[in-house]
Amino acid sequence: MILQLSVFMQNERGRMADACRTIADAGIDIHALFVADTEQFGVLRALCDTPATAAERMQQAGWRATVTPVIGVRVDDVPGGLAALLTFLDERDVNVEYGYCVSLEDGSAVNILKTDGDKALEAVLAEAGFAIARPEEIYDID
Amino acid sequence: MYFQPEIETMPREELFQLQLERIGETLRNAYENVPFYRQQFDEAGVRPEDFRSFEDLQRFPFLVKQDMRDAYPYGLFARPNKDVARIHASSGTTGQATVVGHTAADLRNWGDCFARGIAMVGGSADSTLQVSYGYGLFTGGLGAHAGGEAMGCTVIPTSSGNTKRQVQMMRDLGTDILACTPSYALFIADTAIEMGYDPAKDFKISAGIFGAEPCSQNMRDEISEKLGIQYCDVYGLSEVMGPGVAMECAERNGLHIAEDHFYCEILDPDTLAPVPDGEWGELVITTLTRECCPLVRYRTRDVTRIISEPCACGRTHRKIDKLRGRTDDMLILRGVNVFPSQIEQVITSFEEVVPHYQIVLSTRGPLDHIEVQVETVPEFPFDEVRKLEDLRKRLAAELKGNLQIAVDVKIVEPKTIARSEGKAKRVIDNREAGNR
Repeated sequence: MILQLSVFMQNERGRMADACRTIADAGIDIHALFVADTEQFGVLRALCDTPATAAERMQQAGWRATVTPVIGVRVDDVPGGLAALLTFLDERDVNVEYGYCVSLEDGSAVNILKTDGDKALEAVLAEAGFAIARPEEIYDID
Repeated sequence: MYFQPEIETMPREELFQLQLERIGETLRNAYENVPFYRQQFDEAGVRPEDFRSFEDLQRFPFLVKQDMRDAYPYGLFARPNKDVARIHASSGTTGQATVVGHTAADLRNWGDCFARGIAMVGGSADSTLQVSYGYGLFTGGLGAHAGGEAMGCTVIPTSSGNTKRQVQMMRDLGTDILACTPSYALFIADTAIEMGYDPAKDFKISAGIFGAEPCSQNMRDEISEKLGIQYCDVYGLSEVMGPGVAMECAERNGLHIAEDHFYCEILDPDTLAPVPDGEWGELVITTLTRECCPLVRYRTRDVTRIISEPCACGRTHRKIDKLRGRTDDMLILRGVNVFPSQIEQVITSFEEVVPHYQIVLSTRGPLDHIEVQVETVPEFPFDEVRKLEDLRKRLAAELKGNLQIAVDVKIVEPKTIARSEGKAKRVIDNREAGNR
């Protein structure tokens, strides 16, 4: 599975810059970034190189940070591509907590999904013909 | 096991007689040696010889904290400088510090009072006592130290701070009993765990004597569990003596007052009339043996109640219940009386959050706005906004149910809330002056 760096932030000016600065100071490259925000706080979700190391460095710097397993699925760039994937998951009672899309260097797009399914879900998707993205296609693994 | 069995298990009738005699002595000492008391008594039309029964004490005027501030520095001393062995002072966080003098006999009595608590947790001359209260003008450090010495313990005066070293010494020197504030005890326990120890299993420690700040039942349980100890709650205040005025025995159902040294009344804080045993009210203390600074009916502002039923431990001295709060700390929020301890009780019942918290008060329009700041535990699945929002809602609902007023729960980043090495500052009051 793909490991995503998750960081809890108070919704205050400059906190996102501080968080990214901490990752930068660790010499770690961020490939994609997605922030969920509420009035009080936000959760920064990033696909970066060596995510476990990144989380550890963030924790050492005093942040609430962790790695979250997510699923990456390549979806054809045609109408209904994403709908087919989500319908498939819904039919299997898999709940999708959140999702976002990242584009890779080769120009293809990968949908990142946080689900309540376990690792077996990847195999189920692959068997059904969905193209599962591997972590090393997105970031340097650690 | 008792430290002074003949006193601690003295038949109640004898104890009453002793208290009557000693109240009389305190009134004489105050009247004859402290002009402030003489003037107060004269104005109230009472003299020490008017005191014959406990009821008579109600005719004598109260002493309040402000009187002690006004008497700064020596206005309440009943002894000349040559007889004063040591001076302590209250933290003085609000206004003028209050200075309290102790004669050598006062210090001896103090050590005895605290040593009784060491016996309550099974301590003896064989025990090693680590004192992680701050040493200095604050009475915690030297008070606990005196208790350890009176008992004949091996005392390690680490004072507060440098927590990793505290943990190392606790482990390497085989500390049996730890004495400090509850918030610091928790900090020490967490530090030990962070350092890779399980103090409940790996350390010899079997007891802790904690006081000088409020602590909820949940926080007590957490400290006891993490350190693997018997928790002894100690009550004391620098104006009256320091830690040791009352201490909690193994029955864990209240703190035995050292009734040979202190006479306690519980009064309705509004009417100042005495309440029956068992009812909550303000604790008022008259010292019975203090030579240098005798206190007559000192209003402590602490809210508790008397537990007069005989205790299974065999001690005959009556108990006070765990403090509910201070009349000073009591916040009036939107017209409702709230003790920070009530908020703490709720927060510590949620295992999703750490027990450090902060209450921030502000004024929004005509109303008080109450924000309770908490931090999640590291394992909390904060990645999902829904789970964070759900936690906020459940905390807010529980707080509303307990306090009867709405509060805003804010989840903050770790270490936003300062960890304390002494007394934790839990309330930040930014309300406009007129609303406080």
